[in-house]
Amino acid sequence: MSDEKEDAPAAEELSAHRLLGLTDEEHDHIVRILRREPRPAELAMFSVMWSEHCSYKSSRRHLRRLPTAGPHVVVGPGQNAGVVEVGDGWLAALRIESHNHPSLVEPYQGAATGVGGIVRDVFTMGARPIALWDSLRFGPLDRARNRYLLKGVVSGVAGYGNAVGVPTVGGELAFEDCYSGNPLVNVMCLGILRPDQLVLATAGRPGNVAVLLGAATGRDGIGGASVLASASFDVETEAKRPSVQVGDPFEEKKLIEACLEMYEQGLVAGVQDLGAAGLSCALTEPVSRAGLGIEVNLDAVSRREPDMSADELLMSESQERMMAFVEPAHLDEVMAVAKRWEIDAAVVGTVREGGNVSVYSGGELVAEVPAGALAGGAPILDRPYGEPGWMEDLWSHTISFMQEPALANSLLALLDDPAIASKAAIYEQYDHMLFLNTVVGPGHDATLLRLKGTRRALAVSTDGNGRLCYLDPRRGAARIVYEAALNVAVVGARPLALVDNLNFGNPEKTEVMWQFVETVEGIAEACRALDIPVVGGNVSFYNETDGLDIYPTPVVGLLGIVDELNFTPPRLDRAEAGMDVWRFGPTWAINLAGSAFEKVTFAHVGGRPSAPDPTSARLAIETARRLAAGDLASVLHDISEGGLAMAVAEICIASGVGARLYFDDWRHLFCEDPHRFVAAALAQNRQRVTEVADQLGITAEPIGSFGGGEISFERAGMRTSLDLAVATEANRRALPRRLV
Amino acid sequence: MTIAVAVFPGTNCEMDVVWVLRSLGAEAELAWHRDVDLAGASAVVLPGGFAHGDYLRTGAFARFSPIMAEVERLATAGRPVLGICNGFQILTEAGLLPGAHLANRDLAFICRFVEVEVVDTASVLTAGTQLGQVLRIPLNSYEGNYLDPSGRARLVLRYLEPNPNGAQDGAAAVANTFGNVVGIMPHPERATEALLGSDDGKVLLEAFVRAAVTTPAPAGGARSGVSVV
Repeated sequence: MSDEKEDAPAAEELSAHRLLGLTDEEHDHIVRILRREPRPAELAMFSVMWSEHCSYKSSRRHLRRLPTAGPHVVVGPGQNAGVVEVGDGWLAALRIESHNHPSLVEPYQGAATGVGGIVRDVFTMGARPIALWDSLRFGPLDRARNRYLLKGVVSGVAGYGNAVGVPTVGGELAFEDCYSGNPLVNVMCLGILRPDQLVLATAGRPGNVAVLLGAATGRDGIGGASVLASASFDVETEAKRPSVQVGDPFEEKKLIEACLEMYEQGLVAGVQDLGAAGLSCALTEPVSRAGLGIEVNLDAVSRREPDMSADELLMSESQERMMAFVEPAHLDEVMAVAKRWEIDAAVVGTVREGGNVSVYSGGELVAEVPAGALAGGAPILDRPYGEPGWMEDLWSHTISFMQEPALANSLLALLDDPAIASKAAIYEQYDHMLFLNTVVGPGHDATLLRLKGTRRALAVSTDGNGRLCYLDPRRGAARIVYEAALNVAVVGARPLALVDNLNFGNPEKTEVMWQFVETVEGIAEACRALDIPVVGGNVSFYNETDGLDIYPTPVVGLLGIVDELNFTPPRLDRAEAGMDVWRFGPTWAINLAGSAFEKVTFAHVGGRPSAPDPTSARLAIETARRLAAGDLASVLHDISEGGLAMAVAEICIASGVGARLYFDDWRHLFCEDPHRFVAAALAQNRQRVTEVADQLGITAEPIGSFGGGEISFERAGMRTSLDLAVATEANRRALPRRLV
Repeated sequence: MTIAVAVFPGTNCEMDVVWVLRSLGAEAELAWHRDVDLAGASAVVLPGGFAHGDYLRTGAFARFSPIMAEVERLATAGRPVLGICNGFQILTEAGLLPGAHLANRDLAFICRFVEVEVVDTASVLTAGTQLGQVLRIPLNSYEGNYLDPSGRARLVLRYLEPNPNGAQDGAAAVANTFGNVVGIMPHPERATEALLGSDDGKVLLEAFVRAAVTTPAPAGGARSGVSVV
């Protein structure tokens, strides 16, 4: 032990930690922990484990404010995925994660490995992954670079998701200038499992062996967590391409089946997937959780390339690898399962008492570090934050309308906006039907998946709105939670649990940190109001390119449950001629701030969006759920981007039927104020629809009827209309025509 | 009267096919691609997915998997053999059906409902249908563009216009001369319940199950290396 060199740190060693993304303060902290200079392999491990991406060092103290408890929560934040009870002896595992920077550098592989990573997070918990959602944001499509990024990302999601055998059943797609240099690729995965198959990321007890399963380790993705995910970008991003991992969905498919078989047979004590920080993370987090240590033999790691150094092996983010912690008595069985599924397996370590991670390479000790110092040992930061002076300016920067716009033209412009238009050209490239669960698929407010063998169904909605959150991070964040909850309610579900993906700019700027803190508070407020626990999430900072930060962009994934699917779920395509158009929810405000209408027709982003109202939110959600579950409405659709006019137009297009709408103030047609939705219901249900609304004390108004071949807006003495065929063509062609 | 459902590494529709066959009253068991004995099987389905990752070419590796000798034996014995999507690609690659599959005309994966028309009822898949009957069934493929320069393929289902993927003569499903080996590009197992959007695929799989039952099999069950879930 004492024969190490005790030389004073050389100048090049000092710069070594900076090259790996560690600050001088962090380097000094490491020296204090080790009471010596770190060896190269140790420095490599610290650099990835203490990266923003892995350590949450800037966000952790704020994330504590999120509510995480609930009677049905089995596993909360901190594990690979959150797990909740959904009834009839089933658990659901869910997680959302970003792969923003890798997708900017190499869109196909960046998105593909984002899918691979989130799928691993879910089957690491013992769950079979049953569905994926992709929430994507890009710069405007008039720039070739953005078209290239979008096509690459979509091909990556399709290429990996389809082949790995997990259907992509929904998601989002939005466009803003701020995402030009920094696209957002957030992917959510849902899995299901029985309670006795739940596996945690723990090393178990001393004597257990660490078995590395799956692909060989290569030089791809070295420093992905530190160099790519935890730093800002500039025009030199192309040079970072070697930090992007390369995915192999076939290998992952085999890995899923092998691991699920091992869990089913009770062969593993714990499992950790290899994602960010690779072996460094997979070896230390599980032993740290168990309060133990581990002795690692890097020579046993199978590699793709010769001459890989210890630090490269420890930092590599090669995909499709899992670390299983196995009692020696089960080792032979584990190896047999791996062999049958045609995946590699090698014992690379043994769990020990003592709390140290000791890594040997070529018989030599290359690293010896306390596990707890690497996992969760990063110094927690309290970054300064403050409301930027420009918020007041932004709020007072409103638009006043001298006259009523041409309504039909405004609607047509919105229908042709790629953020609002039909996304069929995207989701038809994804297998969204595998496993025979998809009752309501992509293109709707929420996805509804039946749970085979039960009467239950699971609903999921992913929601974000960067523009709204830019104009008011707290209100915007709360509103996307309420919107997601309303979205699952319109397919008949009640909200159960939430995961969040918090995409932000550079946290070293006080205004970005303020946006982050406000956002967390907004999510916490809404989740408390609806009693929804946050069971997991991901923070992505440094979404900044050339000094320009993205809009604060939280994305939430909300899981809801239908206890008994004994009704026909509302769908956008179920409206028929003769049905009433209903409008539900508060009418107390008309605020166009942050609306798609102002952005699309006036290129304006300013003003302060309406604050959400928890009581109205709860009432709207419960009303929608009762209307759906009572078979009282054929279509339910929340009013969001594009407002009431857009919501009704989308129903008309999906159902192939026109509508007549009566209105008083034109602004009601485009305003996106929260807690409101529309419905299509049979005339014979009028009485019962009114009863449900009256019981809950929510405003419900019949505002027109479906029928004919036009979408028309009518008011005393005035009528304007848009031909349904024209509207349909604009909506369906908006994306494809921009992507050729 | 067991129907064996072949599983290659990378196959992903096996559970769906088993679920549907059982819901139609059939006995169905998974059979791992290394299993070389399907003595107890009265019929076999090659389900969709990405066998061996579709590497090199769809079906290129799968045709060499040990189970394919058994599939060929069943096919030549006149037993019902059905390839769905990737399974269809494997059957053409193995020479059990004529033709081959190219990438879709628009070079994009297609997952959506399409309409197909019955043009031949003399096959184990279409025996329960009427000529001209239109069925709504989902496609889910990248290499669905069927090509048969030999002209030997017997078309049993044809896409209604517009042709979604460029397949020759709009071929959605083809059979061998005897009608006991059928390859279909859309997924009938995804269209057996109105709850999921269509039950038009039921009439096809019911015919296949009937054919499996009426074609006698020797004693013994299908041996399977894969646990059935």
